[in-house]
Amino acid sequence: MERDLDKARPDALTRSAQPERSSLDRRAFLQVLGSGILISVSEPLIRAQGFAGSPVSRLSARLYINEDGSITALSGKVEEGQGPRTELAQAAAEELRVSISRIRMIMADTDLVPDDGITAGSRTTPVNVIQMRQAAATARELLTEHAAKVWQVDPASLEVRDGVITNSKTGQTMTYADLAKAKEVVAAFAQTVRPDVRVTAVTDWKVLGQPIPKLDARDIVTGKHRYPSDIVRPNMLYGRVLRAPAYGATLESIDLSVAQQMKDVVVVREGQFVAFAAPSSQRAEQAMAAASKSASWKLNAPSVSHRNVHAYLKEHANRSGARENVTGSVEEGFAQARKVLSETYTLAYIQHAPMEPRAAVAEWSDGRMTVWAGCDGPFRARRDVAQACGLPEEKVRVIIPDMGGGFGGKHSAEAAVEAARIAKAVGRPVSVRWTREEEFTWAYCRPAAVIECRAGLNDSNSIVAWDFTNINAGSAAISTPYEVPNVRTASVSSNSPVPQGSYRVLAATGNNFARESFMDELAAAAGADPLEFRLAHLRNPRLRRVLETAAKRFNWASRIKKVTPNLGVGLACGTEKNSCVAACVEVAIDRRRGEIKVREICEVFECGPILNPPNLLSQVQGCIIMGLGGALSEEIEFENGKILNPRFSAYDVPRFRDVPKLDVHLLNNTDIPPAGGGETPIIAVAPAIGNAIFAATGVRLRAMPMRGASLRQT
Amino acid sequence: MDVTVKLRVNGEERTVTTDPQRRLLDVLREEFHLTGTKYGCGEGRCGACLVLLDDRRAYSCRVPITMAGGKSVTTIEGLASGDSLHPVQEAFLEEGAMQCGYCTPGMIISAVALLKENPNPTDEQIVAGMNGNICRCNGYVKIQNAVRRAAEKMRR
Repeated sequence: MERDLDKARPDALTRSAQPERSSLDRRAFLQVLGSGILISVSEPLIRAQGFAGSPVSRLSARLYINEDGSITALSGKVEEGQGPRTELAQAAAEELRVSISRIRMIMADTDLVPDDGITAGSRTTPVNVIQMRQAAATARELLTEHAAKVWQVDPASLEVRDGVITNSKTGQTMTYADLAKAKEVVAAFAQTVRPDVRVTAVTDWKVLGQPIPKLDARDIVTGKHRYPSDIVRPNMLYGRVLRAPAYGATLESIDLSVAQQMKDVVVVREGQFVAFAAPSSQRAEQAMAAASKSASWKLNAPSVSHRNVHAYLKEHANRSGARENVTGSVEEGFAQARKVLSETYTLAYIQHAPMEPRAAVAEWSDGRMTVWAGCDGPFRARRDVAQACGLPEEKVRVIIPDMGGGFGGKHSAEAAVEAARIAKAVGRPVSVRWTREEEFTWAYCRPAAVIECRAGLNDSNSIVAWDFTNINAGSAAISTPYEVPNVRTASVSSNSPVPQGSYRVLAATGNNFARESFMDELAAAAGADPLEFRLAHLRNPRLRRVLETAAKRFNWASRIKKVTPNLGVGLACGTEKNSCVAACVEVAIDRRRGEIKVREICEVFECGPILNPPNLLSQVQGCIIMGLGGALSEEIEFENGKILNPRFSAYDVPRFRDVPKLDVHLLNNTDIPPAGGGETPIIAVAPAIGNAIFAATGVRLRAMPMRGASLRQT
Repeated sequence: MDVTVKLRVNGEERTVTTDPQRRLLDVLREEFHLTGTKYGCGEGRCGACLVLLDDRRAYSCRVPITMAGGKSVTTIEGLASGDSLHPVQEAFLEEGAMQCGYCTPGMIISAVALLKENPNPTDEQIVAGMNGNICRCNGYVKIQNAVRRAAEKMRR
């Protein structure tokens, strides 16, 4: 899609005045989309439907019915492998009663699409898919009503199929293509989405719910798709940005003369920002290498490493500023307790390490900056680029081509800003593509955490008090899904010595690791089966269902009783972002070598009605295997502000060899609205593994990653 | 001093005059605009940059351009003939074996080479043969299914 836009000459598209998003120049649309009609979705409607809090647009264009009958759907969301391009197209096709091949999706282009906010938090499914369905359903209604008026019949008597409206009594037909030319319809489309519009019931879905393949799959397998790092503009240079030797370091001096004298090299210096651009990336790299030898830096990082970071985070914890939630009284609960357990769990910093590191191309031409970038928030990136370049936002256009992964790690748009600064300084298009080392070092990390758990059991082995504190990682999924009368949870900020930010499902992974490991410890203290102990405290019917289904598929009841040395099974469950997950795993431990082998994972997941089964399966399989990395091997090593292992040869991500026997089971719950599925499936993996390790060895590992070396016996 | 290197890329004779140490990956992407071959790590640890060099897998991020001189390079763009895809490409499509798809060209090149060496691999041999390729969407199950399916197609 973005390639088509290239051909449509972005300058011509965007030169027209655009004081506000809502008044996007119609001529601009016509050049990209051809003539036709627009339908809008309004913010009040979305709020009325109970989706308040989402960063939805003002009056903004959503759908465009072209005079050739094809349909263009517009979304501010970003495709990075999780599947929104296909699912949003399915939503439009479903309600317009057309095949998916009629839908053309345009995503994440600030000159063309509404501001749907950043792509994060599993929000696309519950917010943007329903928006698209409502807009498309309104469009279908308007078109049907127009046909009914022309034929002077009741709109309810008309059928819509494959973009053709049919009066079955008379055999008369009218196509969307015919309607797109009708003046009255154009006028009708000026209105916004109807607040009372009825979307198609899940049981009647014909396009949604179907196994629709990725729309751009063919371009991917042929190498044709252009990721942000693949964008090439005429006369383009490749840029490299000078990096500090450690976090917090400031540049005191640098001699740029050698680099400046190198053939074809352009050097940009704006205070701390030093960049090198050249016709080849190798040349830019050589120029940077030459200059950086002369750089003098003032170091200013705290003396802390990955080895003692948890003590550091505890020491710097802002406990008085804790965000607390209290039910009942934990003091009274502990007073009733017969047995009290107290344990601390930790998480390491890890990186998202998407296959495509940050990349952007910026083009400065005729007073307009166009940036193709790989990041999650096109409008946020536009703001950042505008600020960095001293431009008003309407002079900046950001386009996010479908990009090579993110996992919550690309909320920031550093490469976009860097490319724009260099392009503006040198007056030529510039491509900035971070190296793997830069991505490991300068992209923000998933926060490390210290999680303190304390709980009390009464005489009948029920949990009567639960006190749970997360230091540094946040509050996602911090509340326990178990029935406990006295609960205190607290999220405490700290002073992270490395840049940290969002990661797939945020702190839910850590909070669930601690909670589900601790639940296992409580079950052991109570002498209870871990499954029975959980069920005895669990009322949430959706969570019970996934847990019981997983246990049954895995044959838990008999496998937990089997005792084989160094072989163990474990389970865990959890809920977050309105979805539920449970996992059962089997591990084998080689205690002589100190190796943990995950042999089998059975995971059951439920996120409401399934929009696209194979896409959801990919997301769940991906979450499980990504979860293995955080559980067993991934850890950013650092010392005094310097990352020590910024490469795949020193940072172990899951590979083919690590994939266990997988049984993934997706429950299709059509009684509730759909929820996103790209995050929550990760949260049961690590605790289930930890619990299985305990079952196999009697050793409880309370630090993620759980290292096999700590189980070594010689 | 720049050198002039002649090589055959996807069946076409190409010439480039450049720094002898420049990576084959960068020449393919920046000189020939064949951007299907991806940068992933720069150390031959992820497989995103894999190409066939005289029919054998090569990490193009580790190959100086001079080492490709006189050789034949096949990139992801060179696998299909016209509209007809290579069976491995077809198998990836049929299995839906991609998410973001950034690792896919390297995965496909890897599978093509693997199946050339061993047209009838066991699952264990597929895992061992593909283990140099990283997918951060972690779509390994479907990719393995695709390689298995491709092997079946190519035996037919």
